[in-house]
Amino acid sequence: MPKVKVDGVEIDVPTGATVLQACELAGKEIPRFCYHERLSIAGNCRMCLVEVKPGPPKPQASCALPAAEGQEIRTDSEMVKKAREGVMEFLLINHPLDCPICDQGGECDLQDQSVAYGRGASRYDENKRAVTEKYMGPLIKTTMTRCIHCTRCVRFSEEIAGVDEIGALYRGENMQITTYLEHAAKHEMSANVIDLCPVGALTSRPYAFEARPWELKKTLGIDVSDATGANIRIDARGREVLRVLPRNNDDVNEEWISDKARYMVDGLTKRRLDKPFLRRDGKLVAVNWNEAFAAIATLNPGNSIAAVAGDMVDCETMFAAKKLVGALGSKLVEGRQTGMDYATDNLAAVNFNTTFSGIETADAILIAGSNVRWEAPLLNVRLRKAVKRGAKVFLVGPEWETTFGGEFLGEDLSVLGNLPQNVADALSNAKRPAVILGGAALGRGGLEAGLALAAQFNLVRDLEDGTKWNGFNVLHMAAARMGGLMLGYAQKGGIADLIAAKPKVLLALGADEVDFTKFADSMIVYIGHHGDKGAHAADVILPASAYTEKAGTYVNTEGRVQWADKAVFAPGDAREDWTILRALADAFGVSVGFDSFDQLRNAMIKEVPALGSEGLADYGSVLPNGGGSAAGQIAYPIKDFYMTNPIARASAVMQRCSAEILHGEDLAEAAE
Amino acid sequence: MALLDKDRIFTNLYGYQPWNLKEAQARGAWDNTKALIERGRDAIIDEMKASGLRGRGGAGFPTGMKWSFMPKQPPLDQNGNPKPSFLVINADESEPGSCKDREIMRHDPHLLFEGALVAGFAMGARAAYIYIRGEYIREAETLFAAREEAYAAGLLGKNACGSGYDFDVFVHRGAGAYICGEETAMIESLEGKKGQPRLKPPFPAGAGLYGCPTTVNNVESIAVAPTILRRGAAWFSSFGRENNKGTKLFQISGHVNRPCVVEEEMSIPFSELIERHCGGIRGGKDNLLAVIPGGSSVPLVPAADIWDAPMDFDGLKAVGSGLGTAAVIVMDKSTDIVRAISRISYFYKHESCGQCTPCREGTGWMWRVMERLRTGDAEVEEIDMLQQVTKQVEGHTICALGDAAAWPIQGLIRHFRPELERRIAENVREAAE
Amino acid sequence: MADRYIEPDTPELRARWGNFAWTPENAEKAKEVVARYPEGRQRSAVMPLLDLAQRQVGAELNTQGWLPIPVMEYIAAYLDMPIIRVVEVATFYTMYNIAPIGRFHVQVCGTTPCMLRGSDDLLATCKSRGMKKGHISEDGLWSFTEVECMGNCASAPMVQINDDNYEDLTSDRLNAVLDALARGETPKAGTQDPARHTVEPVGEPTNLAAMITENHDYRSEW
Repeated sequence: MPKVKVDGVEIDVPTGATVLQACELAGKEIPRFCYHERLSIAGNCRMCLVEVKPGPPKPQASCALPAAEGQEIRTDSEMVKKAREGVMEFLLINHPLDCPICDQGGECDLQDQSVAYGRGASRYDENKRAVTEKYMGPLIKTTMTRCIHCTRCVRFSEEIAGVDEIGALYRGENMQITTYLEHAAKHEMSANVIDLCPVGALTSRPYAFEARPWELKKTLGIDVSDATGANIRIDARGREVLRVLPRNNDDVNEEWISDKARYMVDGLTKRRLDKPFLRRDGKLVAVNWNEAFAAIATLNPGNSIAAVAGDMVDCETMFAAKKLVGALGSKLVEGRQTGMDYATDNLAAVNFNTTFSGIETADAILIAGSNVRWEAPLLNVRLRKAVKRGAKVFLVGPEWETTFGGEFLGEDLSVLGNLPQNVADALSNAKRPAVILGGAALGRGGLEAGLALAAQFNLVRDLEDGTKWNGFNVLHMAAARMGGLMLGYAQKGGIADLIAAKPKVLLALGADEVDFTKFADSMIVYIGHHGDKGAHAADVILPASAYTEKAGTYVNTEGRVQWADKAVFAPGDAREDWTILRALADAFGVSVGFDSFDQLRNAMIKEVPALGSEGLADYGSVLPNGGGSAAGQIAYPIKDFYMTNPIARASAVMQRCSAEILHGEDLAEAAE
Repeated sequence: MALLDKDRIFTNLYGYQPWNLKEAQARGAWDNTKALIERGRDAIIDEMKASGLRGRGGAGFPTGMKWSFMPKQPPLDQNGNPKPSFLVINADESEPGSCKDREIMRHDPHLLFEGALVAGFAMGARAAYIYIRGEYIREAETLFAAREEAYAAGLLGKNACGSGYDFDVFVHRGAGAYICGEETAMIESLEGKKGQPRLKPPFPAGAGLYGCPTTVNNVESIAVAPTILRRGAAWFSSFGRENNKGTKLFQISGHVNRPCVVEEEMSIPFSELIERHCGGIRGGKDNLLAVIPGGSSVPLVPAADIWDAPMDFDGLKAVGSGLGTAAVIVMDKSTDIVRAISRISYFYKHESCGQCTPCREGTGWMWRVMERLRTGDAEVEEIDMLQQVTKQVEGHTICALGDAAAWPIQGLIRHFRPELERRIAENVREAAE
Repeated sequence: MADRYIEPDTPELRARWGNFAWTPENAEKAKEVVARYPEGRQRSAVMPLLDLAQRQVGAELNTQGWLPIPVMEYIAAYLDMPIIRVVEVATFYTMYNIAPIGRFHVQVCGTTPCMLRGSDDLLATCKSRGMKKGHISEDGLWSFTEVECMGNCASAPMVQINDDNYEDLTSDRLNAVLDALARGETPKAGTQDPARHTVEPVGEPTNLAAMITENHDYRSEW
């Protein structure tokens, strides 16, 4: 721990820290543009200059200089002030100063830092440089004249996303940032460069000219577009969600989110179920709530009722529905819409036990049945980090374009029972071996085969440093999955048990992936927010709330319990899901034991205590014995990354991404 | 006393004789190189240190000391294997005014290859890359051909010169970027990237080419090494003043009667250099206006200050400039001095890599103001503003290109401010008429 | 001093260059180039290979050669590196022609040492022959660029035309070189001063006189 002096105050800094970090530890603000904690150090903006003794008699870039014993660092000297003023002046001479028409205005590093560290006026009398706009796809809007060449976007795409597609062409003052031939950025995390851009060069295309940051109400939420549970901030004005941004959470999403998490929100205003509907003479007809409940009251299902939960619902909704079904005398609740029936008596066997931050440290990883880039882009980022640290990765399943290399072993599940020698050796010799099973590898004996590997390679172990290691992982795709399993949304035979029971009433909680033809004789009551597959099959539609419109508890694929707040009100006559279920209890003439959201939540926590505190639920570290043989061609369930849920399918932005990025339709606008 | 021909290292400097191996050997190259190597690493480095040789690429860092920075025990890579070390020879001669390495490479390439082996051995390098600027097309052809000769004769490659040491030399051509003369930019370029200088630390001796220990040396520094070892440190250090030892290739361009490249003793007075080899200043001594004594990066020196100055590191520092690459650009009184410097400013704007802010933005700004000062289309206050801008660039950049862009302008303002003011006044007068 | 921009990627360009591949001879050369760098470091070869590709295109078109986008893609695939990194390199270094070019690329050095020795006259000469910076002459013969210091300062002013330097030029001497090239001749490269050999002081030798007539070995005088 070297000791340094920052502006006369002596502090200890961690070994390996930079001078910039030392200054921050001392409570000094160091202006910067190119430096970013999660990217490599470029040292090119020169804004973070400080005075360091001993050293040459000129200011030093603090971001790149290791803190060393005995350094005397000044952040407040005349030299530093002049240096910052000088650099700021250089940054501004060719910057257009078009803040009034720039979307970055109000949240612009350049704006903020020029106020704090710049000179009052310009001395630059020459013509300013103009740079043509570059097309970067449907998500990223560019105004390259504003670019200050910090290269954060270049480093992000190369280092984090692992798709080298942004570069700085030409040189000197003609240097220009662009994607190759102005193609759309082609990966699932591309829009993070918008957050990274410290100026208004890369801004959000869908959000262009929509709002100023100070007009927006900011709500903390959890993303439901996949099972990683990315922490998000929902920015809304009035009733409309205008944008979603990532929040920092080193354990979950670091500070990234997928393009889908960010940009499906325009789908929240389209195809919405904003009135109750009843099917009359084969047609869905809009009705009011009273008519809807009156009709439901006549159903009289008795105990012939079941509930199936969709992929995006919160724990409270599932708990309320379970209580309702239970009050009627049924235990038929299921969340695995497409027919999975793996055993759930030991949740550690279906959990991502290593955790996301833990998988970064794995040194040998076997992935079976998961196109990770599409199923969990944020996990893909972690895998890339693991490989950078030296991890070997092997994959079973049809080949997809990984961003971390890796060796594909075959497309059939049987590979799990017959690993090539080099793979077995790698897993045997690894200190931190890990197996990841995706949804496509859970059935047909896959989960059991995976568990057998866990035993064979001793995936659960104590590490030399005394910590525990559990290298067995299941990667789910549904935000509701782990919460659902904790709440008992799993029948022994999966949804087949529900089908076999031929329930009079089927409650579909935002369930859009169910094969409803199997429930031809049931009255299907769809409680959800989008006019998608579930609503089309429904006999009764009760309009509910999307994830931004209700508070809720979510459990991600790591078993991490997280709470989200309500950002906006649901549109039209739509209600929060739990209130609908509570009213249904009245309609059916039963009691569910709660009258308020708090009562509901307390009841839920009483039943499943792990849902009562944020953080990882403890499923224990004992894995069941696997065994048996797995076989069958693996097919990944996601056919289109941008179209995986009803909100995304309703989103014009996601549709455009799908068309342009995945299907190569030429929608490129001439960059005006 | 003038340097005698027998004490010149580059005897085929003018290419009167073939560059080929046979002729080079007849002149003394590759003469029992094995014996030089058998002296051992430490002895070679000690001899180089004792010779007082300072880097010939411009910065003047003591060559022997630079070699000694290379690790004695190679660092290990991720898998625990020892990393190789590399010697990179800087033949990216691009500093305006400099044209000495070209003569070594096209007329005496074997001195360079022999030096590469000796230097590479002394620093424990596995291989050397000669990074030659792309525009030296024919010169590169000569290097490739000379390399073939040396390999065919067993002088390079496995068991080089029968010394038991395996050493490869490769030639890598640049493609038009002055900045690649900066050592870390050169390493980046060798790795197949844009030539953008790296942040230091780490220094190349710790982590250079491919992350391995690397030393970057100028062509001339390497090419003189075998002769120094053969004739001894005492011989080499008998030339020049204390701290400025040895012989040196000077390149005199501009307004002299006979521009040339010539090997001379360090510390030779400017006047003697010009009178003896260059036929004097065009139009006579009194017609001299100013001299840029070390390539475009160093500030100009007015006639009165340069005439008796010793042409060495300290002598030129004393007159507010530097020896640089010993590229002497002479300007007589017919010179539009503002344009001469403005053209240099354009050069730096053109060659800025664009990586860091002060240089990317500052070089263009400085050049544009210089162009207005050239015609007088400026305010007098802008002279001070320009001076401040040069100070905002100098010392604030990743590499020294920013400094190099600032210094010529600072030199101009220091010595020719009245000329700048005169042009502004004249322009105002003309506009009024 | 012309700004450089990549030639746009058009269907015509794809049709013309989409099938670019090494000639058998260049395929050998390319292998030899890649072998200069340690295993796994083949990316180091991007600069020499871009040069080789440019020369192959040049040989095909009978010009100095340039780098159409599909050719850069070929190099990227050959070296297994991202195409954007190849384009970065091609646009960073000025010797890669990223737009079509004429038969002879006349590159007049205009930096201060040449300027002091009369490069203005050379630029004027080129202009008077109808050359325009950054353009190909109508007959396809000449492309014209003012370039930065070429390192021939002691024999300034100079012009580089394709692979050869012509030094110690005057307007007349440059015209003579250009006329010869236009006639399909190969003028002698190097200094155009009949009294000069290379970069020695012209006239009476001031040093190394013995070398003029024989390959003199000075070691006996040590």
